[in-house]
Amino acid sequence: MPAEPMIVFEGVHKRFGDSVVLSDLDLAVDPGEHVTLIGPSGSGKTTILRLLMCLERVDAGTIRVGGRYLSHMHRRGELVPADEKHSRDVRRRIGMVFQQFNLFPNMSVLGNLIEAPTRVLGLSRAEATERAAELLDMVGLAEKIDEHPARLSGGQQQRVAIARALAMRPDVLLLDEITSALDPELVAGVLRLLRRIGDTTDITILCVTHEIGFARDFSDRVLMLDGGRVIEDGPPDQLLREPRQPRTKEFLAAVLEGR
Amino acid sequence: MLDSLPLILSFLMAGVPPTVLATVGGIALTVVLSAVAGLALVSRHRAVRAVSRVYVEFFRGTSEVVQLFWIFFVLPALVGYQIIPLGAGILVLGLNHGAYGAEIVRGAVRAVPRAQHEGAVALSLSPWDRMRRVVLPQAVVEMLPPFTNLFIQLLKSTALLSLVVVDEVVRRGQLLVPNLGVGEKLTIYLVELVIYLVLALLITAGMRLLERRAAARVGRVPATGVAT
Repeated sequence: MPAEPMIVFEGVHKRFGDSVVLSDLDLAVDPGEHVTLIGPSGSGKTTILRLLMCLERVDAGTIRVGGRYLSHMHRRGELVPADEKHSRDVRRRIGMVFQQFNLFPNMSVLGNLIEAPTRVLGLSRAEATERAAELLDMVGLAEKIDEHPARLSGGQQQRVAIARALAMRPDVLLLDEITSALDPELVAGVLRLLRRIGDTTDITILCVTHEIGFARDFSDRVLMLDGGRVIEDGPPDQLLREPRQPRTKEFLAAVLEGR
Repeated sequence: MLDSLPLILSFLMAGVPPTVLATVGGIALTVVLSAVAGLALVSRHRAVRAVSRVYVEFFRGTSEVVQLFWIFFVLPALVGYQIIPLGAGILVLGLNHGAYGAEIVRGAVRAVPRAQHEGAVALSLSPWDRMRRVVLPQAVVEMLPPFTNLFIQLLKSTALLSLVVVDEVVRRGQLLVPNLGVGEKLTIYLVELVIYLVLALLITAGMRLLERRAAARVGRVPATGVAT
């Protein structure tokens, strides 16, 4: 009995000005699945995440999350582009972690973690604080709860950002090159944390990364994007070791050479 | 010249309370109008932006003196109600400087990195919460230094109120001047300069305090401006 996929893209087009970023993209991600998107810059992988976060809008096609339209909504029996309120409602199930962390500098670590749970989910301050403390403990930063984000290292900030996303109890977690801005020695800690989250939760994870080694042991499936399309889709062992498409082979060689 | 100093001083000092009152009232109105009009300038709704834009361009683009005359001389003739001179003065100072302040607010809100906005979107915060809880507190830090300038300009503009016979520093000086010699005139204008300078320094000191507190709240060290 195949359940409705958690994420479905159908015929999605997206362009910025003259450049086509996604072209007739179809994509389905099952609940609990860990999918990694790889591909050269400009291949549309970050755009996929940004569309899911409603930071961009589709030019054509539809996106569904958890069986509900995200990009569109029903109004008088017709499917029309979603308004802000509808998007926000569906998007509530999605969390995102950014390359540059995007922690709020005007709040403490705790403030960052309880802001949305109290305001969006309606948790009491005490409940939200308890949840925040648990999550900070999990990411190994329990003692930084009252610290200011600016006083943390990049790796610590990124772990706080992961905890902040998890505080919303998302069904879907989007990771946008979250180790790219980190010093090399801090990357391992963040990746270790992600593996643990992957192992201990059933969150659906969509991840854009250039960490091929991480992609190999973290993902259930890897998608290779080029020119706004998925050109290869397969289990990590196959796709990353014995890619079928010459373009994938070329890309992987270039990435591995760069390190 | 020096014998007349105490007399001149006490006569001019009596003008300080109206000057201060006009400044404080003007600043209060400026802050409110800057916030409302500035946020309206970054509204998603075109009509809201348009209304605010008209306000800003009108009050920024017409003479403060003429605005004062309108509110003091023309408006009463139209509505049959004479607003007290100090009230008219505060109204004009606020309306005028609020137009400049709106641009400061708009610029500072725009200057908050897009990433902060996106971080707030990713947490499903409502547009109002995104502005109020994430963007504005960071924008305020950027706004304070230009607002210091604006408030000092407002203080100096209170001298215009002498034109509608508010009994402030400059007006009191003008009352003395006609009957005095060069030496006394020099003293009067010197004292006026010093009074404005002292008041301006008070504004600067107060704003510095606010700047430091605001910078500390976003984790910055204001002295160097470098994030730690």
